[in-house]
Amino acid sequence: MRYAMAVDTKKCVGCSDCVVACQTENNVPVGFCRDWVVEVTDGTYPQLEIEIRSERCNHCDNSPCVRCCPTGASHYAEGGVVLVTPDECIGCGACIASCPYDARYPHPDGYVDKCTFCLHNRVEKGLNPACVSVCPTKCMYFGDLDDPHSPVSKVLKTRKFKTLIPEAGTRPQLYFLI
Amino acid sequence: MKEELIVSGRMNHLIDPQLHIWHWHIPLYLFLGGLAAGILFFAALYTILGKEKEYPTAVKIAPFLTPVLLIVGLLALFLDLNHKLYFWRLYTTIRLQSPMSWGAWTLMVVTPLSIIWCALNIKTLFPQWDWKYKWLYDLDAFFRKYMKTISWTMLISSLILGVYTGILFSAFNARPLWNTSILGPLFLTSGLSTGAAAIILLSKNHNERLSMARIDLMLIGIELFLIIHMFMGFLASTQVHIDAASLFLGGPYTTPFWLFVVTLGLAVPALLEFLEIRGFKMPVFLAPALVIFGGLIFRFVIAYAGQASRWLY
Repeated sequence: MRYAMAVDTKKCVGCSDCVVACQTENNVPVGFCRDWVVEVTDGTYPQLEIEIRSERCNHCDNSPCVRCCPTGASHYAEGGVVLVTPDECIGCGACIASCPYDARYPHPDGYVDKCTFCLHNRVEKGLNPACVSVCPTKCMYFGDLDDPHSPVSKVLKTRKFKTLIPEAGTRPQLYFLI
Repeated sequence: MKEELIVSGRMNHLIDPQLHIWHWHIPLYLFLGGLAAGILFFAALYTILGKEKEYPTAVKIAPFLTPVLLIVGLLALFLDLNHKLYFWRLYTTIRLQSPMSWGAWTLMVVTPLSIIWCALNIKTLFPQWDWKYKWLYDLDAFFRKYMKTISWTMLISSLILGVYTGILFSAFNARPLWNTSILGPLFLTSGLSTGAAAIILLSKNHNERLSMARIDLMLIGIELFLIIHMFMGFLASTQVHIDAASLFLGGPYTTPFWLFVVTLGLAVPALLEFLEIRGFKMPVFLAPALVIFGGLIFRFVIAYAGQASRWLY
C-alpha cells in the first residue's frame, strides 16, 4: 500500500479551505498550519501565467526527516505515511532542518508536528483527508497508488503531473497535475 | 520573472519567513564540543606516543577544561530541545543513520572519559589531593591499569566527536550550504586547531608552545585549503549550491565570514604563529585567542547561514 495525494493546479483557486479544514479537523494550534497555498506567477505583464498549489508534507518515500531523527519518533506508518510519535520526540529540530519543503513545525507543546494525511482520524475509517473532502473545486485526489482503481491512481494515469524539488532526492508522494 | 508566494498566510513560528529552528545553543555546543575534542585528542595522542614529559600541559592540564566545556555544551543542547523532558529518548535507541544519535552516544562515552582523565591527573593541579576512601583509591588504580585502552578510546571518540559536529550539518540536503561532506573534516580540523590554541594559552613551557604552534599552523593551513575547496565545490555545483555560496560571496554573511573567520580567525594567527616559530617575540595569548574566537564565529556563521540557504521559494 502506498498512500499519495494529487492536487490539480488547473482547478485549485487558492481559497484556503483546505488550510482551515485541516486546522479544525486536527486541532492545529492557533498561528500554525499543516498545509498552505502557494501562488506562482510567471512571465511579464500582460503575458502572465499563474499556478496555484495546495501544499503539505510530501510523505516522501526517502524521507530525510525519518533518516535524521535521533530517537525514531519520525517514522513510516501504514501506506508510507510519515508520522511523528509525540512521546518519542525530543524536539531537537533535526527533522525540521532536514525537510526541503519546510513542512514541519515545533508544536507549542514541544514535539514536532506536521500533516498526517489524516491517517488515524479519517483515512483508517474509510474517509478522505479533511483537506481533500472539503475542497470546493474537488481539485484534490487521495488514495492508494498500489490500487489501480483509486482516485489518485486513475488521475495520475490520464494527466501530466510533477512533484516538488524531485532533485532533492526525497521521492515525494504529493503530485501536482499540470 | 517567476515569483512564488505562500498566499494562505502561513507564519509557522521558527519556520517562517525564514527557518530559524536553531539559535545560539547549537553553534555554541558545536564550538565547545570541537574544542573539547581537540584538547582530548592531543592529550590521548601524546600519552599513546609516550610524550607526556614534552607536552605536560596537553596531557595533564588542558584536559581539566574539557568536562566543563562538555557539560556547558550539553546544557546548551538540552536548552535547545523543544520537548525537554523527553531527552532520555535519545538513549533508548541507536539510530545509525542519524548523526544526532551518533553524537548523543559519543558524548555518553567522551564526557565520563574526560572526567576520569581529570581524576587520574588531579595531583598535577592539587599535589595534596587525597581520595579519602579506599574504594576511590582502588578505582584510581583500576583505571591506571587500563591507561592504554582509555587513551585509545579517548583518541577515537574525540575524533568522532570532532567530525560528527560537521556531519550533523552535512546530512541535511534540505540546506544546500550544509550539504557538503567537507564540513565533517573542516569542523574536525577547526576543533583540533582550537584545542591546540587552548593548550598554547595554558602552557608555560616554551618548547611545548612552539611545537603546538607548529601543529596549529599546519591545521590552519588545512582549514584554509578545505574552505577554498568547499567554495570550489559549491560554485561548480547546482544553482542552489551556487546561491548558498553567494551568501558568503557578496551576500549577508560575507563580512562575518571573511573578516572574522578567515582574516582574524585564521590568516592573522597563522602569520603570528609563523613569526613566533621564526624566533620573533610575539604576545603569547594573541594568536591562540584569535584562533578560538575565529572557531566560535565560524560555528555561528555556518549554523545561521545554513538556515538561510534553501531549495524553494
